[in-house]
Amino acid sequence: MIRYILGRVGQALAVLVVTFTAAFVLLQALPGDAIMIKFMSPEMGLSAEQVAEIRASYGADLPIWEQYLKTVGNFLSGNFGYSIQAGVPVRHQLAVNLPPTLQLAGLAFLAAVLLTVVLAAMSNMVGMGRLRGALQSLPSLFISIPVFWLGIMLIQIFSFQLGLVSVISPGPVEKLVLPVATLAIPISAPLAQVLMRNIDEVLAQPFVAVARAKGASRSWVLWRHVARNAVLPTLTIAGILFGELLAGAVVTEAVFGLSGLGGLTYQAVNNHDTAVLQAIVVISAFAFVTINLVVDLLYPVVDPRLGHRVATTT
Amino acid sequence: MTSRETGEDDLALIVEALPARPPWTARLKRLSPSLALSCLVIALVFTWTLLPQLFTGYSGTEGVPGEQLQPPSAEHVLGTDGLGRDLYARIVYGARYSLSGAFVAVAVGLLFGTLLGLIAGSRGGWLEALIMRLVDSLLAVPSLLLSLSIIVLLGFGTINVAIAVGAVSVARFARLARSEVVRVRRSDYVEAAFGSGGTFWAVLRRHVLPNSLTSVIALAALQFGSAILAISTLGFLGYGAPPPTPEWGLLIAEGRNYLSRAWWLTAAPGLVVVLVVLAADRISKSIQRSGA
Amino acid sequence: MTAPLLEVDDLAIAYRMGDHEQRVVHGVSFHVAPGEVVALVGESGSGKTTTAQAVLGLLAGNGRIERGAIRLSGTDIAGWSQRRLDAIRGAVVSLIPQDPGSSLNPVRTVGSQLAEVMQIHKRGDRKAIRTRVLDLLTRVGLMPAEMRARQYPHELSGGMRQRVLIAIAVALKPKLIIADEPTSALDVTVQRRILDLIDELRRENGTSVLLVTHDLGVAADRADRLVVLQGGRIQEQGPVKDVLAAPASAYTRRLLSDAPSLAKPRLRRSVGGDATDLAIEVDGLTQDFPIAGGGAKTFRALDGLSFKVRRGTTHAVVGESGSGKTTAARSIVGFLKPTAGRILVDGMDVTTLRGEALRRFRRHIQLVYQNPFGSLDPRQTVFHIVEEPLLNFEPIAAADRARKVRDMIGRVGLPEAFLTRHPRGLSGGQRQRVAIARALVLGPRVLVLDEAVSALDVTVQAQILALLDELQGTLGLTYLFVSHDLAVVQQISDTVSVIHKGRQVDGGPVERVFARPDSDYTRDLIEAIPGRGMPVLASNPDSRAGFI
Repeated sequence: MIRYILGRVGQALAVLVVTFTAAFVLLQALPGDAIMIKFMSPEMGLSAEQVAEIRASYGADLPIWEQYLKTVGNFLSGNFGYSIQAGVPVRHQLAVNLPPTLQLAGLAFLAAVLLTVVLAAMSNMVGMGRLRGALQSLPSLFISIPVFWLGIMLIQIFSFQLGLVSVISPGPVEKLVLPVATLAIPISAPLAQVLMRNIDEVLAQPFVAVARAKGASRSWVLWRHVARNAVLPTLTIAGILFGELLAGAVVTEAVFGLSGLGGLTYQAVNNHDTAVLQAIVVISAFAFVTINLVVDLLYPVVDPRLGHRVATTT
Repeated sequence: MTSRETGEDDLALIVEALPARPPWTARLKRLSPSLALSCLVIALVFTWTLLPQLFTGYSGTEGVPGEQLQPPSAEHVLGTDGLGRDLYARIVYGARYSLSGAFVAVAVGLLFGTLLGLIAGSRGGWLEALIMRLVDSLLAVPSLLLSLSIIVLLGFGTINVAIAVGAVSVARFARLARSEVVRVRRSDYVEAAFGSGGTFWAVLRRHVLPNSLTSVIALAALQFGSAILAISTLGFLGYGAPPPTPEWGLLIAEGRNYLSRAWWLTAAPGLVVVLVVLAADRISKSIQRSGA
Repeated sequence: MTAPLLEVDDLAIAYRMGDHEQRVVHGVSFHVAPGEVVALVGESGSGKTTTAQAVLGLLAGNGRIERGAIRLSGTDIAGWSQRRLDAIRGAVVSLIPQDPGSSLNPVRTVGSQLAEVMQIHKRGDRKAIRTRVLDLLTRVGLMPAEMRARQYPHELSGGMRQRVLIAIAVALKPKLIIADEPTSALDVTVQRRILDLIDELRRENGTSVLLVTHDLGVAADRADRLVVLQGGRIQEQGPVKDVLAAPASAYTRRLLSDAPSLAKPRLRRSVGGDATDLAIEVDGLTQDFPIAGGGAKTFRALDGLSFKVRRGTTHAVVGESGSGKTTAARSIVGFLKPTAGRILVDGMDVTTLRGEALRRFRRHIQLVYQNPFGSLDPRQTVFHIVEEPLLNFEPIAAADRARKVRDMIGRVGLPEAFLTRHPRGLSGGQRQRVAIARALVLGPRVLVLDEAVSALDVTVQAQILALLDELQGTLGLTYLFVSHDLAVVQQISDTVSVIHKGRQVDGGPVERVFARPDSDYTRDLIEAIPGRGMPVLASNPDSRAGFI
């Protein structure tokens, strides 16, 4: 068991190191020169010496491996560098922009889980017949819709056509309804696909027939035998979906004009502000790795088999 | 293990009694309507990219003065935009950007990803560990952020966007290819092939590759859809081809300015994207099933 | 005669396959009297499981009762809704399923799954149920019951899981238990104890049992009456003794003569030649496997296995699951590097071979796998499967290769038209013939058969064994026959090694080992063979004529 935990943590750390290094090489070492872009432009009117001085102040004149070590140290101590464009620490920008994005992503995830459960439960109700096929193909449709277009369509329908949600000055809750729906629908698709498939697989297991042979009704079997077995693999997918959730949040913010990580990323890309981008990439990778590590470590707790297998074979 | 195969299997026997492989004409007749429709959609959109002028008399970039923001009508099937350009024509001409981009993206992912996965799965050892950690790292970064980072590096534009989207899918292809190779390698028939004197390369060529590739090709079809989604997203955000290119994502972005006045400008191109992606998804599923 | 408890009358069942219906049970009628054990015997596709499922009202989703009645104590339940059936399932009719490995919910404790049947039928409060759970666990021999109740299925062995399932089936003292191949996934010694337990419990409660089995030996040992099914139709039924002594249908006669446990040992070919001409010599074969996660700790799968096989004879390696028999087979064909010991095949020491030398060695010895579904590449045609080994060695002209392949396919008794087929278009027995053709096309001297007939129906099994026998005679092959099935081993082998937990506990000529076993373990094994002590049917010389 301890070996399993150590193994998983080690793997997670390895992934973080590789990601960090790749992000450093791609975004800091190779282009290197957001400083040049900003300060060499004629309207700044700076001399070559002054630019060199600025470069030195950012540490951009050091040899590459020294820059790397320095960046590692900085990230470990929570210093993500300076936004060259805005001239403020990236940390401050994140402090402002991260919370709204996390709020949106968190709410959307909850909504997605709710939607998934409703879809799966409905498609497994007795007497759904033809509707069942339609419900089961719904996730395929959801996954094929571009997030940004979905957002626009929701605005079109609910704000412009039906006038249900105000565009001009919505309340704090009203403001979030459409963005959360926009993000939740595509996120629910893979969850529902996996959950429905798992339910079908578990229903085909012999232990389900044994439960029926005990006299258990279909719904008894679904809730007491199928649910837990089918939810387990869905957990893994939920962890992996975190990346999509974050990416979706960035796009959703762009569509609804919300401030947050999306706006920050957008500016960073447009201005080649690589320090900001690097921080965002590394932090989201860190979050992704942590979430999936938690899922991995949670798994043996939920599934007794795994604890056993882990103890004996890993 | 004591070893009777699960007692009796009436169904398996019936299935076994069916003819081994029906001729293709018979299979064509059994083609499900949804699959046929999906193939049709993809084929149609593909012809748009090659011969757009066959499908519309209007230009994809030049507007007709005085015909701005017309709703769908007999003359303009999907209406016109703020510059009087026929929306249907713009969608037809725009197909080439989305589709060629998706092709490049899938090619990049398929080529590099499958190669990495194959090497990892068939060689094993430290090489496998290294490749898989790299792949994990690629997967750890949200796809959009990864694409954006690569675009920052390469610059804006259709091809760069396609490469960025393809690079993201490398990890998925690598993972799948590796797991398929590992699955096939564990099978008795691969061991039997070694057992009858097969060399590593012969077994790889005769058994491992053909049996692993079905799933990989199914993923390619699926990724084709995802790539169209991703490219249109990046186009919408303004990182793809510049206006007045009729790229689908860009069309939606432009239509957004007329949200209250011209719903068709956003609805139509979006629906086209949805249809194409759905079709790719459907085809992918049937490829996957045919291999099982 | 007392009124029957269960009366199945002209039952017909069909499955929906795409757009048409396929009937799999065609007007089956039989009955089970109170306290009686009736065995439904048949091979794959006989409809025996489908019939049993219909009695429980648990047909697969695409299954449908077309006509007929299923009367339980006189009431026809064939048309009952699931809701009505829920009330009798578990309480009046219960099930002992086939595969104990997957018949218990992996994420719930054994105790809670046993308690469940009482909760569903609302028998007593929480405390009463708990007491009853512990009583039942004790009764089926799972002790200490408190501990067992808290365990998860994966913590129990196959036999123990089957005991849990038996406890579930008898918990509410039903009138009828449907035992669907209750022991086919278990080792033979475990099988015997499980069947004994079912016997005891049904006697205690006066329960009737509908025993579904492919194994005529099990049916002969345990049932009062036999119902023989083939292709969804009843071939014959009657008291066990009558059916065995004077089978009325040709099919039953064939089943009886093909069942290795009931048939007489074959007449052995007298083995001529030099007693010192050895094809295989295994000396002190020992195999350790690292325990994953255990650091340097190892698990000894095989410990000092030694035997000699004379050219042209059959040697059997016999053992139950986990005995190390498959490890031995894999070491001998060179897939494993032994920890210690020597393996000589045709005078070559396999253990020292590496790389190209090992590859060259492979034409001398070939392995036939247990699972005919997994050992053939689904994408190759039969022709390519059999041709492939020829491509691995000295190049020969395509025409010569084609001729050799045709030749081989004919030898294993398959028509030439099969050459263009894919494995999925073949039955299990046909696939195994292809696998044998592939193994023989290089002209090896030694064939290792790893449970090669265990997954097949008895009639098919008999055909494959006859084929192997014939090939041995014409090609002078030496067989190493790895099996769990003593009855088959007794039938076809000259010498035998019995292994138990990696150690050889018995060995020598097969007649000697069966007549005077050295170890208690071997004695147990022999006694556990189902169907022993039944009147043995006079061997029917025609029975082997009808090949596929």
